[in-house]
Amino acid sequence: MRNILRVLFFIFILRPVLYIFIGLRIYGRENLPLSTPYILIANHSSHLDTAALLSLFPIHRLGKVRPVAAADYFEKNPFVSWLAHTFFNILSIERAHINRECNPIDKLKDALKQKNVLIIFPEGTRSKDGTIGPFHAGVVHLIKEHGNIPIIPVYLNNMYRALPKGELILLPFFCEVHIGQPIALEGPKDTAVKQLREAVIRLKENRS
Amino acid sequence: MRGITDPILSSLSLAGLMIFCVLLLSSALIEFLSRHIISFNITELKDRVRAWWIMAFFFFAAVVVNRSITIIFFALLSFMVFKEFVTILDTRRADHRALFWAFLCIPAQYYFVSIGWYGMFIIFIPVYMFLFIPIRLVLTEEPKGFLSSTSAIQWGLMAFVFGLSHLAFLSKMPAINSGRVNGATLLLFLVIATEMNDVFQYLWGKAVGRRKIIPGVSPKKTSEGFWGGVITTTLCSLFLRFLTPFNVEETLFFGFIIGVLGFFGDVVMSAIKRDVGIKDFSNFIPGHGGALDRADSLCYTAPIFFHLVRYFYY
Repeated sequence: MRNILRVLFFIFILRPVLYIFIGLRIYGRENLPLSTPYILIANHSSHLDTAALLSLFPIHRLGKVRPVAAADYFEKNPFVSWLAHTFFNILSIERAHINRECNPIDKLKDALKQKNVLIIFPEGTRSKDGTIGPFHAGVVHLIKEHGNIPIIPVYLNNMYRALPKGELILLPFFCEVHIGQPIALEGPKDTAVKQLREAVIRLKENRS
Repeated sequence: MRGITDPILSSLSLAGLMIFCVLLLSSALIEFLSRHIISFNITELKDRVRAWWIMAFFFFAAVVVNRSITIIFFALLSFMVFKEFVTILDTRRADHRALFWAFLCIPAQYYFVSIGWYGMFIIFIPVYMFLFIPIRLVLTEEPKGFLSSTSAIQWGLMAFVFGLSHLAFLSKMPAINSGRVNGATLLLFLVIATEMNDVFQYLWGKAVGRRKIIPGVSPKKTSEGFWGGVITTTLCSLFLRFLTPFNVEETLFFGFIIGVLGFFGDVVMSAIKRDVGIKDFSNFIPGHGGALDRADSLCYTAPIFFHLVRYFYY
């Protein structure tokens, strides 16, 4: 049932809105690997970000793409939770109360083992003005533990103008998705986090 | 049902045939050039002509099918162009709701066109929206950047919604000259003349352009391009006289007006692009840039042509 609703939502609402109303432009689509699993790393400035990234995938692969979302935000309200799970297929993780039994990294590792694509916003929150904030290190833990997984940096442009944080009305601004080449992380945790962030910033600065 | 002898229908068909022949000739010429002159960079030109085929097809179809389709076509054009405009602006977070109302203006304005309510069509944006947009902006209590936001939004509404909607209203004007001419034929005259002026100015500029005419704003525009374009447009508008109630002198006058205004529409939009630091408004139309790069001259020619024609011929 949920899968059917999601497919209908994508075909009749999300894609028309993104491609006709907003006029989403996608650059570097050829950089998306054909084989799963892999991780998409993007900057975050709007709820539209997740929608735009999901729209990169063909309908039949939607079930295998999991945007990673904070449980404390998306599971607060049962209606929001239902919407997020049904339409966006989120993988919600706990940010507080982490211990050995309840470690969000395990959940993500399982998802990768099942050959899912993970969408992760390492800033952990939406930027208000499109600037790229500091990255959290959680994603690097995941990458180090899982090992040998392609990481695709993505820069999302103008999303915060179309649907800013705290706003319900979507406006038609042209938005862009810039997909970069897979990156390899080197060195200790701190440098790896820096590398990730720089990869996204480079996409921002090199866009034509 | 209009018969095959209907003068308006035959005028429209003749104009359609002319557009078709000109495009066919350009495509053939480009094909010839690309085969025989290898050093010639032809890709951009090819893209441009291909886009012209598509634009001409949609525009012509929108004009011929019926008036509602014409109005919807221009409403969508206004939407596209206004969207490109606000995307390149440096809008503030506080402008969000005001911009929402500005976008809502588009269906409202074209609705007034569709019911033929001239009074409302002519004052809705210059009076009501002009006063309302600042009210909505004031409610966000963000005075920093207030004036530039109000000005930019209002300017965009005037040029791209109010200005372009004149094309839609023109298409609704009734038949004159004992049923030989109506709004649709006048609309074809205006749009063909404006777009051909764009092309002529570009071609003259490329071919013999030497002296820059307004280098601070548009470094590629030359005096030769301007005068060559205006004169060619003025003369070529005579071929389109069958679409209008004008005599020969009047046709030359309107051709000249369209040539000059089209140029200024183009450079005004260039100034906006310079101001915000971009080259094209978007990449919506391959080889041309955005819809705004194509519609910029119409924002200037449409209102003036409409009001001159309405004053003198209706």
